[in-house]
Amino acid sequence: MLLHNSLRARIGALATMASALALAACATTGTAGDTASTDSAKDDAKAFAATPAGDPVFASTYKPYPGIATAIRGATIFDGRGGRIENGVVFMSGGKITAVGGPDTPIPADIAVFDGTGKFVTPGIIDIHSHLGNYPSPGVDAHSDGNEATAPTTPEVWAEHSVWPQDPGFIRALANGGITSLQILPGSANLMGGRSVTLKNVPARTTQGMKFPGAPYGFKMACGENPKRVYGSRGRMPSTRMGNLAVNRETWLAAIDYANDEKAKRDLGKETLVGVLKGDILVHNHCYRADEMALVLDMAKEMGYRVSAFHHAVEAYKIADLLRDNDVCSAIWADWYGFKMESYDGILENAAFLQREGACVVIHSDDANDIQRLNQEARKAQKAGLRLGIDIPDAVAIQWITYNAAKAMGIHEMTGSLEEGKMADVVLWNGNPLSVYSRPEKVWIDGALMFDANDPKRRPVSDFELGQPGEGDVK
Amino acid sequence: MKRLLAIGLSGLALTVATPALAQDVVIANARLVIGDGSAPVEGGVVIVDNGKVVFAGKPVPGQRYETDMVIDAGGAWVTPGIFATLTSLGLVDVSAVSDSNDTSAGGTPFSAALDASTAINPASQHILVHRAAGITRAATATAPAGSIFAGQGAIIDLDGDANAVMQPRAFQMINLGEGGAELAGGSRVAAHALLKAALREAQALVGKGGIPETTEIGKDDEVLLSRFDAEALVPVVTGRQKLYVAVERAADIRAVLALKTEYPKLDLVLVGASEGWLVANEIAAAGVPVIANGLTDLPETFEQLGATQSNAGRLARAGVKVAINAATMQDPRRLQQVAGNLVALTRVPGATGMEWGNAFAAISSVPAEISGMGGKAGVLTPGALGDVVLWDGDPLEVGSVPTRVFIGGVEQSLESHQSRLRERYRDLDESELPKAFDW
Repeated sequence: MLLHNSLRARIGALATMASALALAACATTGTAGDTASTDSAKDDAKAFAATPAGDPVFASTYKPYPGIATAIRGATIFDGRGGRIENGVVFMSGGKITAVGGPDTPIPADIAVFDGTGKFVTPGIIDIHSHLGNYPSPGVDAHSDGNEATAPTTPEVWAEHSVWPQDPGFIRALANGGITSLQILPGSANLMGGRSVTLKNVPARTTQGMKFPGAPYGFKMACGENPKRVYGSRGRMPSTRMGNLAVNRETWLAAIDYANDEKAKRDLGKETLVGVLKGDILVHNHCYRADEMALVLDMAKEMGYRVSAFHHAVEAYKIADLLRDNDVCSAIWADWYGFKMESYDGILENAAFLQREGACVVIHSDDANDIQRLNQEARKAQKAGLRLGIDIPDAVAIQWITYNAAKAMGIHEMTGSLEEGKMADVVLWNGNPLSVYSRPEKVWIDGALMFDANDPKRRPVSDFELGQPGEGDVK
Repeated sequence: MKRLLAIGLSGLALTVATPALAQDVVIANARLVIGDGSAPVEGGVVIVDNGKVVFAGKPVPGQRYETDMVIDAGGAWVTPGIFATLTSLGLVDVSAVSDSNDTSAGGTPFSAALDASTAINPASQHILVHRAAGITRAATATAPAGSIFAGQGAIIDLDGDANAVMQPRAFQMINLGEGGAELAGGSRVAAHALLKAALREAQALVGKGGIPETTEIGKDDEVLLSRFDAEALVPVVTGRQKLYVAVERAADIRAVLALKTEYPKLDLVLVGASEGWLVANEIAAAGVPVIANGLTDLPETFEQLGATQSNAGRLARAGVKVAINAATMQDPRRLQQVAGNLVALTRVPGATGMEWGNAFAAISSVPAEISGMGGKAGVLTPGALGDVVLWDGDPLEVGSVPTRVFIGGVEQSLESHQSRLRERYRDLDESELPKAFDW
């Protein structure tokens, strides 16, 4: 017992030190406010204390890898915010975008310059909905860590505690999909699946080494068939859609009580819910059907929180006006349909109809294969609109998988577009990224070259794949 | 009313009202894809007569033809219909709604005797959606559920008429990888023992009509092979019915090829074969075709550690006949996208892809040949079925869709539940009446 207590005390002290260091090292880490005063903690003079609620824990240790000042000249640039520059220049140095512009943009003489003639440049591609790491390859039971589905609400779990950084899927997403940032979400069996984590798609030994510095947390919720099926089949609530809403509302009411009770004992789940109520944590709500999205929006009004994005919003096109008016993004597939009842009304025109109404579109994957081709999925959705006369320029379709995703994840001030001062997350494509015939040629993350199709050694290989068939293959 | 047409002329704006049944049709001024691996032909002509292709290629000077319908493609891409293998088209409405899903039956005592052709629904929305995506024929099959034997797959057309099944019981399918191991009781060893026992039972039945006398193979209350299943395997051991074997790992592929030593008449087809590139020469030497996963590149299982998008290209380069497997993609509409990605790989250093013509053939003539429809489907050569698709762009480019689809010379509707929703939600105007009145 004594041993146990002293061990706890030591670990607690170390954890506090680590988070203090992280704060000092990286000013943008830890957006959650509400830092309990360390002075008052001293006054209490308790022998044992966890890091106060709201202080950063499991903090990012990611630091950009060294890069050299680099310019790409002569390429077509999609800037991620709907802009297109022909024969453009992108200049990055010190891990940031230094300049973006036309052919006259000045470039220092002594830097690496790539000829982008006939090629295209986009911001790094961002997937707002991934389970890489928490449902990694190989997909064996021992790796099935994506959903703590043992209760209808598990707001206390954090996806980052399930992420296996050695998932080879991260590397495929980088090399074939140009993915530089991604959000890893808990699964959708339960109504409240827990916190998500946003990662930089950089190979690392630890998940903290991938954590996107300064990214807000997300909170995963789910509507519809999954929760009612999973818990109904276990003979417990919810077993219906009305049960889904009732459990959600009771849970939010309890969180509001907790938020108002200064003496309440710490509760990890409610801390997350209060983070949502404060607007520090962004809600990502799996929800297919139009009518259910409308109910969720009213529930959010009732409880006083915002929905950042509906994910898998197969029927978003039916309420594009409502989604626009509520400033909610729809994170959607281009062509998935008909695999479950609530996806029966999926149509190729979903994104285009949302765009027509001025609502926010994000194309997502939810899939270790599709994350390698978000650019192609965007093209499918764009083309469906063009056929109906809905004008969606290529540069806007790219915005669906860059800036719009970043916005819904709360990282748009840092990445998601090629603008001066932002992170140099950049993809050089060997052709128009909206063509099936194009692939990433080079990918930079914070200005560091992380993939080069022309250099076999600039292709990461995860620990898992070492010494196995196909190690270092083009994949 | 037929009209006499001198083809090869410019300015053929002569479209005639569409008759209801099979008509003769001439499609001219096409960027014509034959489907046999050859490069597209500019200014090509396709002539369909009585449901069959009679000519496809560069127009011959002075060639004249009497026809019902003339279509000036205006330089658009024109191809044979896509041949999708393997699919569950016609067997399922909504996969997660089990009542509507006939793709597997874990509770049945039957396995090899299962016959997908008995349950094809030609009015399935998936058939309508995929027809509008340019798929005109498909191999459709049940999945192994109660045994390593999935049952017998059918070749179907997608024209929606009463006769969807072109060829019932076209192939038997088994799983001899991790999935089969589990179904056989827990190991690959068990799966091979079950297969060998089953083939021996079938061999004993060759040439014997009437009531089979074979012994049932079971475990506890489960029947692993009933006498009816053994009887269904007779055409497999005699080589009259193809045996599709789903395997991924290189070692498992070798074990499948070795089956021919004991049963030389087996007409084998490999399905999946993620690690096929590691044994490409052995597969080529055995003359066994592969329905390969196109873009699988993750070690999703321990039998797919070597998975790479270059698998199909490397197999083809070794001389293996390779079709792209529709079963591992979100849905078979993505066949064209996958083929396009194989073309993309030709521009990736170190990767092996396919040239455009071969990539298209991998989703048209090659799967048709593997399915026993060589020269009939997936290709525009004289005598082939009149399955012709006009496209709004490069058919392997993502986002391209058909503008017109002919199956057996009959023009098809491109409407479906999806197209109706698309029309209803072209706007959100409910100022006069709810959307429910808009149809």
